[in-house]
Amino acid sequence: MKGDNKVSKTSTYGITGFGGYIPRLRMQRAAIAAAHKWMAPGLRSLGKGQRAFCSWDEDSNTMAVEAARDALGTSSRANLATVFMASTTLPFADLQNASIVAGALDIPNTARTLDLGHSQRAGTSGLITALRDTSAPALFIATDRPRGKAASTQEISVGAGAAAFTLGSDQVVATLLGSVSRSVVFVDHFRAEGAKYDYFWEERWIRDEGYLKLVPEAVKAALKETGVAAADVKHFILPAPLKGIAAAIIKKSGLPAESEADNLDENCGYAGSAHGLIMLAHVLEKAGPGETIVLVGFGQGVDVLVLKTSDAIKGFKPVRGISGALADAQSHDAYLRLLSYEDSIELEWGMRAERVLKTALNEQYRSRFQLASFVAGKCRKCATIQFPQLPYCVNPSCHAPRENFDPYPLADQLAKVLTYTADSLSYHPSPPLYVGFAQFDNGGRLLMEIVDVGAAGLDVGTPLRIVFRIKDIDKARGYPRYFWKATPLQA
Amino acid sequence: MASGIKDKVAIIGMGCSRFGERWDCGTAELQAEAFEEALKDAGIERKQIDAVWTGSGLDAVNTGNSAIPTAMALRLDGIPVSRMENMCATGTETLRGAAYAVASGAADIALAIGAEKLKDTGYGGLPIPYKGTFNDLWLPLGSAPAGFAQLAAGYRAKYGFSKEELKRALAHVSWKSHENGVLSPKAHLRKQVTMEQIINAPMIADPLGLFDCCGVSDGAAAAIVTTPEIARALGKKDLVTIKALQLAIGSGVESTTDQWDGSYVRTTRTAAKRAYAEAGITDPRKQLSLMEVHDCFSITELVTMEDLFISPDGGAVRDELDGFFDRSGGGVPCQVDGGLKCFGHPIAASGLRMAYEVYTQLLGRAGERQLSNPTIGLTHNLGGVPYLGIAAISILGLLS
Repeated sequence: MKGDNKVSKTSTYGITGFGGYIPRLRMQRAAIAAAHKWMAPGLRSLGKGQRAFCSWDEDSNTMAVEAARDALGTSSRANLATVFMASTTLPFADLQNASIVAGALDIPNTARTLDLGHSQRAGTSGLITALRDTSAPALFIATDRPRGKAASTQEISVGAGAAAFTLGSDQVVATLLGSVSRSVVFVDHFRAEGAKYDYFWEERWIRDEGYLKLVPEAVKAALKETGVAAADVKHFILPAPLKGIAAAIIKKSGLPAESEADNLDENCGYAGSAHGLIMLAHVLEKAGPGETIVLVGFGQGVDVLVLKTSDAIKGFKPVRGISGALADAQSHDAYLRLLSYEDSIELEWGMRAERVLKTALNEQYRSRFQLASFVAGKCRKCATIQFPQLPYCVNPSCHAPRENFDPYPLADQLAKVLTYTADSLSYHPSPPLYVGFAQFDNGGRLLMEIVDVGAAGLDVGTPLRIVFRIKDIDKARGYPRYFWKATPLQA
Repeated sequence: MASGIKDKVAIIGMGCSRFGERWDCGTAELQAEAFEEALKDAGIERKQIDAVWTGSGLDAVNTGNSAIPTAMALRLDGIPVSRMENMCATGTETLRGAAYAVASGAADIALAIGAEKLKDTGYGGLPIPYKGTFNDLWLPLGSAPAGFAQLAAGYRAKYGFSKEELKRALAHVSWKSHENGVLSPKAHLRKQVTMEQIINAPMIADPLGLFDCCGVSDGAAAAIVTTPEIARALGKKDLVTIKALQLAIGSGVESTTDQWDGSYVRTTRTAAKRAYAEAGITDPRKQLSLMEVHDCFSITELVTMEDLFISPDGGAVRDELDGFFDRSGGGVPCQVDGGLKCFGHPIAASGLRMAYEVYTQLLGRAGERQLSNPTIGLTHNLGGVPYLGIAAISILGLLS
């Protein structure tokens, strides 16, 4: 078929690293079902396991940053030439989200940044494009936090998360053998510009006329093009918000039954256009060399990627990977918390919440090197590490001008709680507000918001790591401003 | 060291409004209430005032910016009036401005006045201030109690007190102030409370409960200062003079470097050392007759006892529970009028309200709560937060 082709590039360009992120917060599905029992008793059948949900200060941008940090570790970002980011839930319609993410990751401004979206295939189509049409080192991120209207099957089924892949020609862990794509205007659901929720057609029609007819044909074509026998497929990744579809397609396509990849339904839920790539990152964590992976994307057609792992996969480990993120769970049963974080219920927060949060965009720009990528200054005269960086060194026995500072990124540095409190008086979307001094092992310190504090609470000395989050949301103007926060290492 | 302010300036008149939820009046009326009492006490007329320093902390719910609203309220026509704002140290700062004017000879008689109308917000607690366009982009939100509650974590970690031990000492801080507040006609909260009520009150910012936090009130206070020579010429006999006025501001050392352990307030220690040197005090635990310190929160008062070198480091818990700071505990009475705890904390008025109590005690006018023969007293304000703040100390005494 025209447009289908085997990857003919002789170079070994491919995936060189991978990682991901799932929000720590998980809502027990039984709690969601129980809340809706009075009007939607049928949800009870979906009330198993738990779904990941974004905290009030997480969005597709913050998850993207965390997924990329998981993939990149402490490796240099200086050579990244491209940053692609795929999602249908990016916070900004006109303000490039990939540039915010690249800024947080301290990727040089020479990188080409690009947002992709508008389809559940955004992740797979984007990855195909990146693997086929790029040759320089690149970062590909898929990130999503689908929303379901209260009492919908989407609300109880979906999750949230992000996956990130580094692409390049050194130490390639998986290559694209080939791919096929189909474009079909099959409207299983849609979301108009500005709408909050998706509109869905009947599930049975989506399954029978959509997935079960469109996917097997594309899988067959892809296997044919790449010369891979169905029986040799080790991992079949089909992200779908519906139950049982992957097994049905496996059967129809003659793939080994055990090739069905874990859809992460138990502890995460369907994470929209990022889900297939999250599953791919999860599969790659455990895959050995020489394994064939088929990754499907579905939405107004089909993408099929046929990938093969190489020997180098033995040498790569994400910082903690999807498995680590899945395990780092904090279980919740207060359903209204989910509604509130998704801005789906109006609660009385009191007058303190009326604070005007307009951001001085020129100040944000002037201070971007400090704020966006959390860069402290290290004084060459006295070695004091300091955030914020002001005109003179903070050390009273130094006071050298800031021209003597070297940039010193803090995001990956270890810190502990020096002082803390749980503030019940301040307005905070997730009360109480935990705030305290993060004392970095390198001597630097600053007052930070401490988030995702679990039942264990905090104490002086509690180990912390640093995460990229929304600092404040200016609801009047629709502008989230981002900064870094601390979180206990243990949920 | 410079020769300092000691005995160069006398306070000849003071005034203090009734503090509380003053639904009946605005800032101008509060100012007038304190102003009239001060004028009457000094025995002078408005036209004898050469210069004025007026303090207001939170322009959002107070008079607005500049000195114009004060000049209009008090009809200060044609003389220099300056507005002062330095957070919770504002009141003491107005006194510093007025005292320096007199000491320099630029003014014969100067007025310091501070007023705050906190109850026009529509809710309890302080309005949320902006921290500046840059700081708002990174500094966490956090209430005033959240800033000070962190001292408790740092203090406990350093000296190894259990949460319960520290909570009990903190409760005694508030208990003692409420005992005193009952005897203060101008205080906002004039009610005894039990240790159990304090300990079991709802949490505001862990470990500070409701009774660990000072009240939120409207109020104003004023001082009229001149030189001792002019004071005598005006017929004043017992003179209260300023022995020291010191201020120390955080420059980021505590909040940015590891040179602070979270258990004390560095700016208070710096200001205290300088104030004692200026006043010629060598052993404050023995020499001070009374203290009015910044008990915005119980933990603040507790560590302040160490920061003012009254208690040894780690020893304030013992002193507190021993009653060393009680009105008749045989030590250095602290918050004899009930402190911020019972007066509440109208930001710009507090420093002058503290001076008002010391002045009143030194002149033997304190009625039921009068101490026996006090000769020297200290006031202490702490603006901002423990790790990034403004400590203001004044020492007032009888001129011998």
